[in-house]
Amino acid sequence: MTLIETREISKIYRTGSVELNALMNVSASIEAGEFVAVMGPSGSGKSTFMNILGCLDTPSSGQYFLEGNDVGNFDRDERAQIRNKKIGFVFQGFNLLPRTSALENVELPMLYNGLPSRDRRGRAAEALKNVGLSGREDSHPGQLSGGQQQRVAIARALVNNATIILADEPTGNLDTKTSAEVMELFTRLNTESHITIILVTHEQDIAAYSRRIIRFLDGRIISDEQSGRS
Amino acid sequence: MIDIPTTVRISFKALKRNKMRSALTMLGIIIGVGAVIAMIAVGAGAREKIASQISSMGSNLIMVLPGATTAGGVRMGSGTQPTLTLNDAEAIQKECPAVSEVAPILNGVAQVVHGSQNWATGVIGTTPGMLTVREWPLDSGRSFTQQDVRNATKVCLIGKTVVDNLFGDDDPIGKVVRIKKVPFTVIGVLSVKGQSPQGQDQDDAIHVPVTTAQKKLFGTAFPGMVRTIMVKARSTGDLASAEKQIIELLRQRHHIGQKQENDFTVRNLTQAMQTAEQSANVMGLLLGSIASVSLLVGGIGIMNIMLVSVTERTREIGIRMAIGAKTWDIRLQFIIEAMTLSLIGGIAGIIAGISSSKLISMFAGWTTIVSPFSILLAFGFSGLVGIFFGFYPAYKASLLDPIEALRYE
Repeated sequence: MTLIETREISKIYRTGSVELNALMNVSASIEAGEFVAVMGPSGSGKSTFMNILGCLDTPSSGQYFLEGNDVGNFDRDERAQIRNKKIGFVFQGFNLLPRTSALENVELPMLYNGLPSRDRRGRAAEALKNVGLSGREDSHPGQLSGGQQQRVAIARALVNNATIILADEPTGNLDTKTSAEVMELFTRLNTESHITIILVTHEQDIAAYSRRIIRFLDGRIISDEQSGRS
Repeated sequence: MIDIPTTVRISFKALKRNKMRSALTMLGIIIGVGAVIAMIAVGAGAREKIASQISSMGSNLIMVLPGATTAGGVRMGSGTQPTLTLNDAEAIQKECPAVSEVAPILNGVAQVVHGSQNWATGVIGTTPGMLTVREWPLDSGRSFTQQDVRNATKVCLIGKTVVDNLFGDDDPIGKVVRIKKVPFTVIGVLSVKGQSPQGQDQDDAIHVPVTTAQKKLFGTAFPGMVRTIMVKARSTGDLASAEKQIIELLRQRHHIGQKQENDFTVRNLTQAMQTAEQSANVMGLLLGSIASVSLLVGGIGIMNIMLVSVTERTREIGIRMAIGAKTWDIRLQFIIEAMTLSLIGGIAGIIAGISSSKLISMFAGWTTIVSPFSILLAFGFSGLVGIFFGFYPAYKASLLDPIEALRYE
């Protein structure tokens, strides 16, 4: 099943009279259950591509279908709902709420889909257990290591039963050993829970965990190939 | 829709994180709400004081004063020419249906002696109707009767202040006092009335039958003369018709022609007091509105701090948006935060308002009345201030671009 399909999407940023073509007629499709690495130098358009896939941004032209829905034209709140229910984000800088416990951070997405407080606690604890953080529910981000923080973020991404994880350089702030642990977690989620994973990375050895690599340059896809462990 | 209790908990946490800042912001609301409550209490106290003075005067009261005379084109003030008589009073009683009771008055000041004590006091010659008109019960003894008035008996009713000055702790009933050297028997003691609206001690007086005052104490320019006639109308609604009936009757009795002016003045005291009450209302309103200005300033303080907070927490807003917070989720979060500030401030302000009202009563000696209504009003208003001044920062937060917000350092 085609989970994600973009048709000729472009993104143009205008600053005064200067136009910047961040994306130019990008067409790509990703099936459910894929593990895709998106690579390319900075300014190549890969972040813009990811923002559009994540419904954080809308294309200037072209269409974006998510599970067959043309979500490119959804309004702000409709996109928020998509992000809440279907997509989990994992960021380079973790983006956890400071001075807030791991459990509460994981509960956050459920706060916005109206789940009662009791159910939230249970599911958040379950999600933390799933990423190997049982017993750290009450720790604040400041009391957790980088790898642990990223695992809290992954738990948060998955707690609403998202089927897609969009990870923007998830190992950029981690050392090699922790990076490997986080990538193992992604691999496990991909193979065992059939979560579709799309991650942006600079590093070849991180991309090697994926089974497909899409390379961007100057706003276009320059290569799209199966790879790694496939 | 967003989970309100959880949002309230989140906002408490956010406010606790900046204790000093939250406290200072609340201070604006505390002062505002406190000032509103205290000022309304002062206003209500003033109104209550006037109302109690009105009731001490007796309700539905009309005063008939003798004439403004015109002598050779020069118009004199009212009361310059004695024109009223005891018969006028009796006629008003008999012939004006809107009148329930009449009390003619001939008064003066006299030295009163009992034993070795003496005291200068107001002596009021009147009829038993006085006690009804002024709604003035006796503390002990009995009132004088129409019989006493007819016979010009030398009996008197005395006020508390006179009792204190002449008798001390002794029971005055049945004792004899000498007014202008004429002996009078004390037959009753009037209950305490307190100050008149003009600030006179109403208990510093002796009431005697009007005829006795005319014949034995003050004398009259012509037979039956009285200084004023106090009239009680049957009800507040009858005041106007009573006034009209009195004027008609007296014009007829005094043979005043069509084009001539009245040789008497009818004054509606209750109306005058109501005017005073209205001005007290206006004063209360004025105090309240000045106080609400400070509440408004407090609200602006909240808006200011919420704007700072939105800027500081841009990244948090970005995270919340990325994981699915909708426009109104973000808005409500900040509005609830502003409301939490203003409502906590409101509660503290109510306490401050009540205590400062008490302090004002204690030190300035003013009557203050804290009404539940003013508390509700101030509390509700502070909540509205939170919503109103919280809305713009919340609106601003909800319009942030999630991508930009996530990138914000």
